[in-house]
This record gives sequence, structure tokens and C-alpha cells, in this order.
Amino acid sequence: MSREFILGRVRSALDRKTGQVVPPPPPVWLLDTDWTLEEKLASFKEKLERLAGVVHMADSPENAREIVASLITGKTAVVSNATLLADLGITRLPGVTVAGQDSEQSRKLCAECSFGITGAAFALAQTGTLVMRANSQEARLVSLLPPLHVAVVRKEQLIVDLDELLTKIPKPVEDSSSMVLITGPSRTGDIEQILVRGVHGPGVVHVVFL
Amino acid sequence: MSIQETLQDSKLQLAIYTATGRLMDHRANAISPELLPRYQEMRQHAHDLKKHTIENLDHYMEEFEKNVIAHGGKVVFCKDATEVSDFILRLAKERGAHLFVKSKSMTSEEIDLNERMEHHGLEPVETDLGEYIIQLAHQKPYHIVAPALHMTRFQVADLFTEKLGVPREEVIEEQTMIARRVLREKFLAADIGITGANFLVADSGAVVVVENEGNARLTSSAPKIHIAVAGMEKLIPRAQDLAVMLGLLGRSATGQALTSYTSILSGPKRPGEVDGPEEFYVVLLDAGRTKLLEDPEKRESLYCIRCGACLNHCPVYRKIGGHNYPWVYSGPIGKILAPQFKGLMADPWLPFASSLCGVCAEVCPVKIDIPRVLLQLRSEITEEKQRTNQGGLERLAFKAFAWAMRRPWIYEWGGMMGAGLLGNGGRWISELPIAPGPVKAWLSQRHLPAPAVRSFREQWRARRTK
Repeated sequence: MSREFILGRVRSALDRKTGQVVPPPPPVWLLDTDWTLEEKLASFKEKLERLAGVVHMADSPENAREIVASLITGKTAVVSNATLLADLGITRLPGVTVAGQDSEQSRKLCAECSFGITGAAFALAQTGTLVMRANSQEARLVSLLPPLHVAVVRKEQLIVDLDELLTKIPKPVEDSSSMVLITGPSRTGDIEQILVRGVHGPGVVHVVFL
Repeated sequence: MSIQETLQDSKLQLAIYTATGRLMDHRANAISPELLPRYQEMRQHAHDLKKHTIENLDHYMEEFEKNVIAHGGKVVFCKDATEVSDFILRLAKERGAHLFVKSKSMTSEEIDLNERMEHHGLEPVETDLGEYIIQLAHQKPYHIVAPALHMTRFQVADLFTEKLGVPREEVIEEQTMIARRVLREKFLAADIGITGANFLVADSGAVVVVENEGNARLTSSAPKIHIAVAGMEKLIPRAQDLAVMLGLLGRSATGQALTSYTSILSGPKRPGEVDGPEEFYVVLLDAGRTKLLEDPEKRESLYCIRCGACLNHCPVYRKIGGHNYPWVYSGPIGKILAPQFKGLMADPWLPFASSLCGVCAEVCPVKIDIPRVLLQLRSEITEEKQRTNQGGLERLAFKAFAWAMRRPWIYEWGGMMGAGLLGNGGRWISELPIAPGPVKAWLSQRHLPAPAVRSFREQWRARRTK
């Protein structure tokens, strides 16, 4: 439509020619912070708890399953297709349904269940953040529609910060349409700046480290 | 509500002061040297990045487009508001779409997108809680980051009862849950989701959206079609630049190192992905931006990342609030954007309504020198007035002033007269029943300092003759 017109105007405003070489941009600024696993775990816990999130430490796969089981007792849960969750036996807990590969069915489950249970691609220690990438294992809506979110994360997936994430993955949407960083529960302060959690996304976030 | 009414509304004054004050505190904590020792370096880096991108914008627009297409999406170049609504209307017609969910976007406010869509019988629903309230009340956002900053829970209670037919509810948590229930149905039924973009990433063809509620995630994930509407100045070269840009945006806006949700999105859902939109469009909007680019002196106005820090810190914004600015962008950044987008003479008073205290430039995360741009705009407006022979009285006054200042005896005589007149701080002028309007208004709020009994010149003469 107006593509050529707009690009032409931009070029003439900037006094540039079509295809003119661009000087190199300022160098990438990514800090390299080296933390031990203990430091990372402590920081993640502190940061997420400050946002009213809850962090659990599992000492074995059985323990991880027990923690999740006790959280969802008596409630319904939709579980993502992550192999980790199947391996841990979380998909076989009572009240649990697997999201599956069908978009409509997965969406329906997410809209009905109390809990959404997922893995995570990474966790960021500096901010208490979960990194979710959409793919066949993780549907977008499992960590979004249910009022409560539980993520099970292996300690090896815990990295320091956004800088480390973007160093590891310089092109976050190269092989997934979506990378979402989740830092604590959904929140708003739009009425009189009073904090309310769970306005659209989950109001409660649990992270189980294994 | 006029400036006068805003100043006299003590509850509103308190609300603006408290809200902006809290945001100032959050920012100050987040950028403190203990937490962010290299904050000033980050700002300079962000400034350099935006400068580089803006000065080579055509290149990054093309690179962005290429990568969006590679991921199965489309970029729609729109030169004005009409082209945006034409595109959306056509797509709506082709897909049989009627219900739209929207997440907060200043760009869509800028082009009155909701009004345009409603005019054509479509139903756009704002889903950010503050924006939803504003939409129900048929108002414009009061603040870039906190759109309903000026409204109380009681006003929201009235509004929800009137517009949604729900029983009156004054508890904020419950009001929020009412909005959640109403909007959840809209999300699940919507045909198309429209978001804005905080950043557009050239090397990834990605749209980046930052939020706390989850409504932008729902808007971009639940409906079958996702449209992101963004000004073309939102580009940054690389995804890796997000570390600095996101870090500055969240901290400057609300004091958050990262907001609750940051979505980095490109293209429709890929083969094998469970859910996500089937179509993905990015509207790249000009609407005055290329004109702004032409001016190397003021081009930096386009570096803005809409954090709202300059509003929170501005002594003028904090008194007059967000609705007394002529356009959707309020505060210091609004003062430099409005004249450049809407025309210099649309509101020629605007760049002058500033004390040039400079706090806006000091807190700007991308180091836009707002006071300098304000001065530039002022001089352009004054030139324009001279060219069109406006402002005759003002020019006459300055001519008289220059004439008097070149004649010491007039200066001295004036000083004596002034000392006599203002002996008690000019109080009598404000008490005159027919005092000249602006003088009376000024003196009704404050008194002039009483001049010295003996002027400097008199004292100097006395010393010399001793």
C-alpha cells in the first residue's frame, strides 16, 4: 500500500539512498555475571517471594510429584505436554488432564481448570522470572488462563538474568512464535494504585525446583 | 475538567500527587547505585542505540519486514490513521470479524482507532483494567502508564453499575474481579486481538509487549488473528538489545526490573505449536513520524519509549493532570510531541507552559533533551508569529522594554515608582475591584517580595559621595 511512499519519505528525511550501507550499531551490551547454583536459587526465591510467588525445593522426582499433588489436591489441573511432567508422573495425578496437541481442546481445558502446570525453558535468578517458549510441549494458554500456575523447573535451567538468556538465545523467536517472560503473578494497580493480583493471568505462581 | 478546576479539586490534586510520587519512589529505588551501578552508562547506551536506529530507520524497517515475512507474518505500512482503519475494516470484512479485544496501546489512542472502528459497527474492547475503565467512561488516558489514575473506586463503582448493570461494588479487589469476568468472556469470543508494541526487533521480526495484567498475552494468544499497531520509531536493531531497553523501561515506568509479563512474538503459530494466532500482522504507522525525522534538531523526540517518568516528575503535570494537555500524550514528552505531530500553531502556548526546570531530561531513560527541544519549539513559534504578524502586543512590550533599558533615567524612575507601588507586596492591586485580569489572578495566589527601602543605585551613589 504505502510501503514505497513511506520508505521513500524516510530516506529523503534522513538523506539516505536505497540500500545504503548502515554504520555498525553500538556494540551489544550484555553483562556476564557468574553466580553459583546456591546464589541463583537464593536470589530466585527471594525475588519471586517478594512478588508473592511461592518457591518449593524438591529433593527427588518423587518429592516434586508429591509437592505438585499436595498443591492441587481436590482441584482440577491442565498439564502441558512437557516430557518432564510426564516423566515425573504428574500427568497421572488425580484431577489432572494433559493439554494435548489440539488447539481447541487445550484451550477449553485451560479455560475450565483451576491449575495450569508447565515446565519452563529457563528461570532467571536475578528477577524470579520463568521463560516460556511456545512449542509442541508448551501451549501458550496453560500458564495463562487458569487462576493458578505451577511450574516445575530443573535446577540446570536456572540462569542468572536476561543478559545470560539473550547470550544463550540471541534470536528468541527464531524457532518459536513466542517467548514470554513471566515474573510473578498477574497484577494491576489501575484503581487507586491498590495492588490486586490475578486480574487476567494467574494470581498465584508456584515454582518447584528439581 | 479545566486547569482551574483541577487545581481547586483537592482530592484530585492528592490523587495525582500520591500516584506520581509513588511511581517516582519506585523508580528511584530501582535505579539506586546499589541495585543498578551502571544505570547512567545504560542510559547513554540506550540513547546511542535509539539514535543509530532512528538515523538508519529505513534499513531497520526493511530488515524487520523481511524477518516478519520469514516467520509467516505480514507488515502493513500505513501513512495515516485512515489507512490503519481501512486495513482493519477490510480484514474484518474478509474474515467476518466483529469482536476485537485490545491491549493498551498509546499508538492506537493517538489515531482514535476505537472511535473509527465503532463508527463502522465493529466492537473494540479495551482489556487493560485502566483502559477498560476509561473506555467505559468515554475518556482519554490520564497518564501514559496509568490511564485511570484520576478516578476513585467510587467513580468506578458508579461506572460499572451504569455500564455493566452489576450491583454497586466499592471494594477494589471485587471491582477488579468483575472486570476479569466480563473481559474473560470477551477474550474467549474475540475474533481479532490488537496490541501495541513497546519494541520492534529488526533482526528477529519480533513485536515486544510489556505488561503486568496478562491482557496483552491473552490478546495476542487467544484470538485467531493478532494485529500489532506500532509507530515505526519503536524499532531496535537486535533482540540482544532488549536486555538494556527492557531494563530501563520497566524501572523508569514502575520501578520493575522486569514487568510481570514480557511477550516476544513473531509470526503466527509455527507448525507443531499447540496454540497461538493463525494470522499475524504488524501495522507500521507513520502518521507524522517521517515529517519529524526531517528535522535533525528535534528528531530525538522519536527516541521516546513511553515510560512516563517525565510525567511523574514534572511539576506542571503534577498540578494540572493529564487531561489539560491538548493531545493523548501529556506531560513533558507530550509538550514536544504534540506541536510536531499536530502542527506548531495548533496549541502555540504548549511549549511555553514549562518552567524549563530540566527534571524531565534528567529522568529520561533514553536521554531526550526535552528542555532543549522545548526552547527550539518556542523559537519556531515566535518566528511563526512574527512572520504572520501575530503577538503584536507582546512585541510592543519588548520594544518598550528595550527602549527603557537603554535609558538609565527611565530605569531609575521606574524603580522608584515600582518601589512605591509594591511597598506592601502589591497586595492592594489584587484588592482593586478592577485590577488588570492576569495581574490580579497572579497576585491572588502570591505576593511579591517588598522592594528594598533604598535601591542599589541610591546606595551606590551615597557610598561614592562619602
